[in-house]
Amino acid sequence: MDMNQYLSMFIDESNDHLQSLNEKMLELEGNSTDLSIVQVIFRSAHTLKGMAATMGYEDLASLTHQMENVLDLVRNEKLAMQDFIFDTLFKSLDSLESMVEDITNGGTGKADVSDIVVSLQAIVRGDTPSVQGNDSTAVVKDSTSVSNQSIQLDEFQFSVLDQSITEGHRVLFLEVSIREDCQLKAVRAYMVFDLLERYGEVIKSHPSVQDIEQDNFDRSFSLYYITQKSAEEMEGMILNLSEIDKVSAVGLDQESLKLMSGINEATNEVAATIDFKVTSEVQNNVAQANQTSGAPATAKIRANDSSKSSGTPSRTIRVDIERLDVLMNLFSELLIDRVRLEQLASDSHNPDLTETVEHLSRVSSDLQNIVLKLRMVPVDTVFNRFPRMVRDLAKSLDKKIDLIITGSETELDRTVIDEIGDPLVHLLRNAVDHGIESVAERIAAGKPETGTVNLRAFHSGNHVFIEIEEDGKGIYRENVLKTAIKKGVVTEEQGAAMTDEEVHQLLFAAGFSTAEVISDVSGRGVGLDVVKAKITSLGGHVSIISTPGKGTNFSVQLPLTLSIISAMLVQLGSEKYAVPLTSIVETAIIKNNQIRTIHGNKMIEFRGSYIPLIALSKIFKVPDFDEDLEEETEIIVIRKGERMAALTIEEFIGQNEIVLKSLGKYLPQVEGISGATILGDGQVALILDPSAFIK
Amino acid sequence: MGEDIKVIVFKLGSEEYGIEVEKVQTIERMLPITRVPRTFTFVKGVINLRGVVIPIIDLRGRFNLPMVEYSESTRIIIVAVNDMEVGFIVDSANDVIDLNTDQIENPPEVVGGIKAKYLQGVAKINEERLLIMLNLSEVLNKNEIIQLESIED
Repeated sequence: MDMNQYLSMFIDESNDHLQSLNEKMLELEGNSTDLSIVQVIFRSAHTLKGMAATMGYEDLASLTHQMENVLDLVRNEKLAMQDFIFDTLFKSLDSLESMVEDITNGGTGKADVSDIVVSLQAIVRGDTPSVQGNDSTAVVKDSTSVSNQSIQLDEFQFSVLDQSITEGHRVLFLEVSIREDCQLKAVRAYMVFDLLERYGEVIKSHPSVQDIEQDNFDRSFSLYYITQKSAEEMEGMILNLSEIDKVSAVGLDQESLKLMSGINEATNEVAATIDFKVTSEVQNNVAQANQTSGAPATAKIRANDSSKSSGTPSRTIRVDIERLDVLMNLFSELLIDRVRLEQLASDSHNPDLTETVEHLSRVSSDLQNIVLKLRMVPVDTVFNRFPRMVRDLAKSLDKKIDLIITGSETELDRTVIDEIGDPLVHLLRNAVDHGIESVAERIAAGKPETGTVNLRAFHSGNHVFIEIEEDGKGIYRENVLKTAIKKGVVTEEQGAAMTDEEVHQLLFAAGFSTAEVISDVSGRGVGLDVVKAKITSLGGHVSIISTPGKGTNFSVQLPLTLSIISAMLVQLGSEKYAVPLTSIVETAIIKNNQIRTIHGNKMIEFRGSYIPLIALSKIFKVPDFDEDLEEETEIIVIRKGERMAALTIEEFIGQNEIVLKSLGKYLPQVEGISGATILGDGQVALILDPSAFIK
Repeated sequence: MGEDIKVIVFKLGSEEYGIEVEKVQTIERMLPITRVPRTFTFVKGVINLRGVVIPIIDLRGRFNLPMVEYSESTRIIIVAVNDMEVGFIVDSANDVIDLNTDQIENPPEVVGGIKAKYLQGVAKINEERLLIMLNLSEVLNKNEIIQLESIED
């Protein structure tokens, strides 16, 4: 079986599981007694292990297996979560992540994880570090390392078997190994069980039947079986199945059944003594790990998401974004045909045809909406990596931080989502590193020792806002100005005349981000120019509100999507252009006598001031329209920041949602044109970039 | 022995040109073109080719040949070179021939007024037929165009 075809699925799903493991671990860290979270974590780890084993990534599988062992104890309340366990588990997650990354990059996913495995095994054995000693509630009742040769029976099962022997049935202890090269172990195991159930009853198997069905077992399994057949007969029949390596069946009488449990204890003891040597080393390791984690630093993460009920898998499929683009393109083809059909129908005066075409139109516009919505992704996909990041940052900086995420279900276009991650990482790091004070500073300032970082996303009009707000030390105007002047970003006079808002914007100035600044000023400015450039390139905007001593709020405003915008379609002679609605202040019709000439430039009065009148037809040299011949002129008032101008056009066509397309690599950047779109009739219309007309 | 290649043959005036078939995506009849202001004069604009916006170059204009009216036989050849998709307007295109790279000779200094650097070579087919093989990356090289245009200004 060729596993490659499943590889991308495996990678996607593994990443999902790792993400959810990370999230849930963080959740658990904040609420370490909530066993329902442990269940979710366990399930994720379990699935991951199964997948990795199926795909043949043994290191990955064995590490998850060890994690599972630890989690199993926790969920059965045999082990209480503690700091060093969290640390070890997080470390394991990191290793898993790098293994999956290696696989993603075409590697084999092999890694030396023996250290972590040893630590995990130590935890399973209950070797909690002595430092932890007193408050350690970890109790390990029985080792999970059940030997292959036997299975623990509960009282009920024991009595069933005991009874059967009394009643003259045969009780067999069967061990079945499947051949190493077997691709579908679960199927073979199923065949074995199927056979067994035809001739008797399986009382107990190890691993459990469920695990075996889900392929969560090594090559072999063992079971207690009640039948009328002899041990030899059973062996023979099972061996007849294909891909079975070996079978051993032992008939049990009451004596030997009892003895089985005796054997158990013996083997466990042996195992324990062998392990002992390793243990002392591990103890040291774990103790060290524990010391570092014993520091007061913690990060608590809360997600106020009502929409995300834990453990409900979302019913989705993954689609290559390129395929979506193809779908979009094909769809616009369809729309063109629709327009043509409408025309033909109205020409033919055939009511049946007209009706059908009308229906087709409705269906296709619904379809269009859905196709466009397919590109929308919840911002969650970006946010979900932050809790872990903030936790680690807080730990390494020795700070206490509460990260509160709201609105992670807010949807944004895929293209924006892909780009927005890095700037947000920057801003968050900033907030944690430079915004929130150390515990000592916070106490001195009379604040709670745990700082709060709010990460919010919400829709507002045609935009999505993402805010990062913390209750840290805030930005001090004088400090920023001092540095800005020193760096030559502004002069002293300029600085004095600036509003607070303008001063805050200085943090985004290029060249402000040097190592010196970080320690000098309140510390902000680490690469913030890059953040701003990125957000601006996405058509967004970033602003800062800060109160010294109280905290800072970075607010990022983003367009909902980069590929669909609302625009006003206008006509100039035979040509059509689209003007993005976001930059339009107003549309109007003016008479020629309202036009003034000031310094040879045409101006009109608009809301009490004069704004320049720009003849689009002249700039674009439109061949078949001359506005000088017009009595009345249609204008579009556009804005760039505070400044405004009016573009003259021939006629308004109307408002429309348009799909942005690039003009291709070949054409040089045309000033005043930001792209193209395809209209309903299949024609290409150019999209204006109004800001280029305002200098 | 050279390689056997397939070549799309098209005409500009009386001359025949060739482009390797794998660089050609499709050949289309004339389509409505949307003018793009403030660009090179030989760029006629952009078209909608099944949902993709593609710039269109008039090859006569690109080679400074006299312009002619578009007719029934006018074709747009969509090529993809160096990640760029571009359409060439040509007088006609109706032939695909097999060629051996050995048949392609180095270009002479000047052929029909077209700069030698745009040419990959000249192939002689049968006795009388000359096929001018285009060097597409040079034809689409923008740096040189910008220089040219600025000299003309």
